[in-house]
Amino acid sequence: MPWAEALLTSKAAGQEVTEEGRALSYVDALREALTLALELDPKVFVLGQGVNDSPGMFGVTTDLHKKFGTDRVFDTPLSEEGLTGICAGAALNGTRPVYLHNRPDFLLLTFNQLVSHAAKFHYIDNGQSNVPMVVWSAIGRGWGSGSQHSQAIQGFLLGVPGLKIIMPSTPYDAKGLMLSAIADNNPVLIFEHRWAMKTKGVVPEGIYHVPLGKGIYRRRGEDLTIVGTSHTLSLAIEAIDELSKEGISADVIDLRTLKPLDEEIIFESLKKTGKVLVVDTGPEMAGVCAEIGCLVAEKGFHDLRGPVRRIGLPDSPVPAGYTLEQFYFPDKNRIAKVIREMVSGT
Amino acid sequence: MIRYPYKDIEFSPAPRPKKKYDPDFLIGLYRSMLRIRMIQEAIESRYHEDQMKSPIHLVIGQEATSVGVCAALRNTDQVYSSHRTQGNYLAKGGSLKAMLSELYCRLNGCAGSRGGSMHLLDKSVGYAGSSAIVAGSVPVTTGAAFSAQLLKKDQVNVVFFGDAATEEGAVWESLNFAALKSLPVIYICENNFYSVCSSLEVRQPGVDIYKKAEAFGLNSCRIDGSQVLHVYEAAREAVERAQSGGGPTFIESVAYRWRGHGGAGDDSASGYRDPEEVKAWQEFCPIEGLYKELVKQKQLDEVRKNSMKEEIQEEIQEAFEHAINSPNPEEKDLSTHVYSD
Repeated sequence: MPWAEALLTSKAAGQEVTEEGRALSYVDALREALTLALELDPKVFVLGQGVNDSPGMFGVTTDLHKKFGTDRVFDTPLSEEGLTGICAGAALNGTRPVYLHNRPDFLLLTFNQLVSHAAKFHYIDNGQSNVPMVVWSAIGRGWGSGSQHSQAIQGFLLGVPGLKIIMPSTPYDAKGLMLSAIADNNPVLIFEHRWAMKTKGVVPEGIYHVPLGKGIYRRRGEDLTIVGTSHTLSLAIEAIDELSKEGISADVIDLRTLKPLDEEIIFESLKKTGKVLVVDTGPEMAGVCAEIGCLVAEKGFHDLRGPVRRIGLPDSPVPAGYTLEQFYFPDKNRIAKVIREMVSGT
Repeated sequence: MIRYPYKDIEFSPAPRPKKKYDPDFLIGLYRSMLRIRMIQEAIESRYHEDQMKSPIHLVIGQEATSVGVCAALRNTDQVYSSHRTQGNYLAKGGSLKAMLSELYCRLNGCAGSRGGSMHLLDKSVGYAGSSAIVAGSVPVTTGAAFSAQLLKKDQVNVVFFGDAATEEGAVWESLNFAALKSLPVIYICENNFYSVCSSLEVRQPGVDIYKKAEAFGLNSCRIDGSQVLHVYEAAREAVERAQSGGGPTFIESVAYRWRGHGGAGDDSASGYRDPEEVKAWQEFCPIEGLYKELVKQKQLDEVRKNSMKEEIQEEIQEAFEHAINSPNPEEKDLSTHVYSD
């Protein structure tokens, strides 16, 4: 996949939206969500490195500062830990920050304030304080992003009480989940995926909310349950759609949010199919795949008719060059191969 | 060896008082410091009972910083702290009963037994909270000030932290942002020379802390943290600056920690500092210093001091009884407030 960014852009240009309704690009859907939130609530403000630049954070924030002023939409110093604490303190004192980062890798600089402060205050203040803040970042893949610009760290944060974690996969969800995140009274992390951000879809106008903690079926089928989020789930959908000609079908569950986790929908589907494949954009080890796999083994053991399988990333850093990267990330063919194995019991 | 002699410290000139002090104001400062000292000593004397199962960080010797700063604040102004919370909390008017209940891990503690001594809060008086991570409250307070500015609240936000906090990057990230946005925030660095047992000289190369803040574009000064009126005047000026849109202020207040970093008693005998240094600093007791001054001005005497002490003692006794007799949380209380509705 040479220069995947250009490839994706050309693919997106040719993408047709067949459903009825207003078609919008993923990025435009996100910008619309921010615009609506800024219009609705004077307490909302948007910050991040480069939000006022002409590209405007991949286009997500383009020109918002012209409409809402630089008091409410502003570029920040490169102080990720400090700014995360500043967002937490601002949220404690009555505003609703939306802090955007290019990449989740930069969130690793913020863990002290994110994990030990923002996520804790509501609990340790015994419910007397709220921290309504959104931290947004876009997972990279390809284009030489490599080990320090492609990390999908949602799994690290899964075990942090008090945080909510959103992983959208469609433009509709990106907008509705962003609006839900801003309206929520807790610290909410949104992990976009740069490849999902190249898609188009039907996006209603105006304000609507996609509920946090609720998954949705993207496909209904018989042979297995595929559960996951974001770009990897979209790859799984491509795989299962192709496998239909081999007579294989699956329940495909888009969890939309990883935390709180919609366990109910997973077990509902498992009862029917007896087989679970977990897919994630992050590492297989100790992450989302591992947690959901363990959950299914612990609480759904008697419904399982085969081993839980997971498709995530190997226990190795991401290589920068496309020559190696092609062997690193899962694609639809690799997912299809695992599905075939699961269905045939081999 | 006395590593940090009082006489060697160069203080910035304290701002001149704007008007003559009201005698009640001065006696109020004295009483507030005395009360904190007595509460600290009462906690210390009972700590060995092992019923206050919370790591305490006594503020004995440093009371003037808390009292002087908070005397310049209104109820609606907010204070955040580091782990050494108790002086700040009490000076801002935090409930003593709720604090002791928190130390006894009771349901009616100021944080419902979820915070302990290192995380007190009393929002009704503007004591907004604290962090047990050194420097953790500094960005948080800066953010609170940002909200105050954005929402046009008439409110000043103040954070207390120690000298070691200035070794954390988040402090400088915060100062940079506060200066950039001219935020209504006051940074109070309580320099007591020691981070647990590590002296300042093994941690910093000798550059004055307040001068580093100055280099970040903040109005900065170093004041004598044993002189409550110096602290008060510096804080008053900082509050006026914040209220008038003049931006942030950094105040380094130097006062000595008479006790160990944590727990009861002085641990100097373990060797990290000379017990003689502790004794030398006790000559500059902020409470005794103000008392002598007020006696000289004939505003206070032994009789009044003793009746004050009795009054405070009664309050302390009552608060301990309240805490000890309060209910413990139950298992059902464990999982509430993980998320906010």
